Amino acid sequence: MSDEPPLSLHVPEPEFRPGDKADFSNVQIPKAGSVERPEIDVSAEDIHDLAYSIIRVMDRNGKAVGPWAGMLNDEKVKEGLEDMLRVRAFDARMLIAQRQGKTSFYMQALGEEAIACAFRKALKPGDMNFPTYRQQGLLLSTDYPMVDMMNQIYSNAADPLMGRQLPIMYSSRENGFFTISGNLATQFIQGVGWAMASAIKGDTKIAASWIGDGATAASDFHSALVFASTYRAPVVLNVVNNQWAISTYQGIARGRAVTFAARGLGFGIPALRVDGNDYLAVYAVSKWAIDRARAGHGPTLIEHVTYRVGGHSTSDDPSAYRPKEESDAWPLGDPVERLKNYLIARDVWSEAQHVQAREMIEAEVAEAQKLAEKNGTLHDGPHSSPRSMFEDVYEDIPLHLVRQRQEAGV
Amino acid sequence: MARMTMIQAIRSAMDNALAEDENVVVFGEDVGFFGGVFRCTEGLQKKYGKHRCFDSPINESGIIGAAIGMASYGIRPCVEIQFADYMYPGYDQITQEASRIRYRSNNDFTVPMVVRMPTGGGIFGGQTHSQSPEALFAHVSGIKTVIPSSPYDAKGLLLASIEDNDPVMFLEPKRLYNGPFDGHHDRPVTPWSKHELGEVPEDYYTLPIGKAAIRREGADVTVLVYGTMVYVAEAAAAETGIDAEIIDLRTILPLDLETIEASVRKTGRCVIVHEATKTCGFGAELMAVVTEGCFYHLEAPIMRVTGYDTPYPHAHEWEYFPTPGRIGEALRKVMETA
Repeated sequence: MSDEPPLSLHVPEPEFRPGDKADFSNVQIPKAGSVERPEIDVSAEDIHDLAYSIIRVMDRNGKAVGPWAGMLNDEKVKEGLEDMLRVRAFDARMLIAQRQGKTSFYMQALGEEAIACAFRKALKPGDMNFPTYRQQGLLLSTDYPMVDMMNQIYSNAADPLMGRQLPIMYSSRENGFFTISGNLATQFIQGVGWAMASAIKGDTKIAASWIGDGATAASDFHSALVFASTYRAPVVLNVVNNQWAISTYQGIARGRAVTFAARGLGFGIPALRVDGNDYLAVYAVSKWAIDRARAGHGPTLIEHVTYRVGGHSTSDDPSAYRPKEESDAWPLGDPVERLKNYLIARDVWSEAQHVQAREMIEAEVAEAQKLAEKNGTLHDGPHSSPRSMFEDVYEDIPLHLVRQRQEAGV
Repeated sequence: MARMTMIQAIRSAMDNALAEDENVVVFGEDVGFFGGVFRCTEGLQKKYGKHRCFDSPINESGIIGAAIGMASYGIRPCVEIQFADYMYPGYDQITQEASRIRYRSNNDFTVPMVVRMPTGGGIFGGQTHSQSPEALFAHVSGIKTVIPSSPYDAKGLLLASIEDNDPVMFLEPKRLYNGPFDGHHDRPVTPWSKHELGEVPEDYYTLPIGKAAIRREGADVTVLVYGTMVYVAEAAAAETGIDAEIIDLRTILPLDLETIEASVRKTGRCVIVHEATKTCGFGAELMAVVTEGCFYHLEAPIMRVTGYDTPYPHAHEWEYFPTPGRIGEALRKVMETA
């Protein structure tokens, strides 16, 4: 027998579980405008503190303050607000459509709309996102037709992906949106490879990889960082930290590290933490990282700090693993409300205008849904031809698949 | 024409591809300055520059994941996995990503990528440098799997793989790199310079993917084989004097069903040979294909000669490796059933 005391395994637990009262008063939220804005050619070692702080632009009174403010004019900000309203209205409609049995599955971005919407505005045509499943804002803030997104969600006869993919796994090269996998983390390194190809060809396009807090634990996250760092790939590595990976809180993926952003520092990759519910801050930080990549200074890791207000998907009930009121207690507020208050404080927007804009967008979404449902829904059809199941596995259909298609009689 | 080893032929293919198409890039562990542990990329970095041929971190999911991103950008990566045994960390990227991107995006994105990897045993590589994982690829829809058995085929098939618009797993039987190997490990090695398939054009040429080659025409029994085992099967046929028709599959997916079926219908007998483990090995699929397509032509049960279902043993390599003796025994057995 050993004289040493027995070892015991540490399994981290979130602070609050159902029945607890969520209290985030211990979460340090730096004042808006308090974090410096370095030059884009800065070295990671000179901005270590940015991986531990939170860049914020909008203060409590709705004023944009500090060195990251002033990047967008009022018209652009109004567009951004409308983009977020569109995501919210789209999500609400599709969530109900799933509950009505019109499709199998849906994932909303409630509470984190600012991240994808603001990031998209900082990209140029030709740039490519390698998204996860919660970046619908990347498409909904371009002119990609909502009705095509819904056709995909319904797997109907007009689905651009022929009913081959789970709902919300969109693909649009033209709109800089790489085909979503449904795997986790695999796309993170693929985005780095895409960026390397742009650099190999001497082009000027950049890539953006996306991942959630939970999937940073996957080995492809490490792969992406080591490749991005080694080859100084023109890529922005986005970690959306919404605190929850289905039922698992972020501490399981993060371990004893203080932040996810800090993961970048070991690779010499500049790492910035941003208030993901502050549209203006997300835009400013994204623009900084995108400009840096395009100027040939290499990758940036951005941790977008936010909170997943809804469930992970339509397949889980968050009240089973966290307090119902936790999202209200989360200290970064609602991204739509905050941007609305900013515009009102600038005297270029009003509550009445906001209601009007929201209603107009809700009507647009409803109209798109009507059009999409004319093409069918998952459960009632019509769908693409079953014959198409055998197509596009390869560029040309090989003999064994021709035979299987004959057997299937389609 | 020149006499080339398989290594030189593979290098010549990449040399031609890099010269012909500015979108081709080559990378992997040790492939840049050093030219690869088997020397397949020697001199390519010097000739084409560091943007076209470079070293990668030791990270197979990174190599393959990055190559997928590059291929979807529109360039043509031809990457090296140092040993097929090392591909497993990249297997997720191969099976769930590269293989499905065309399908799931409805042609919005495609992955014209080649993953080269030395495969098979016979070099005292032990369990982590001797594996034959081809069945794991053949099980996956959306990728092609090519296994050449000579310098001439290796070059023509590698160029065809690089031209192909779908992902190709290119398995190079490492025991054949320097010469055809008939399974008699105790005899002197024959170099490729003494074999007609060591005669390789220096210019660009391709061979069709999905087309088998009949290495020896015969009337009595069909031998389905690929990679190193082609020469071992040839030796077995010569030593037993059985008139075997030896079919080198060259591509296991897509499989040349028509050539296989025509041959077995003619001979009425079939022996399948591979180095990989037996259970769920590619031979099981071949047996099923022959049974489905040729059952009423068969005059004897189909036989398999394969590696055993054990990890690849270091000291017992030659007991594990399917030898001409083991194949000859199978040939005699199927011939006994008259």
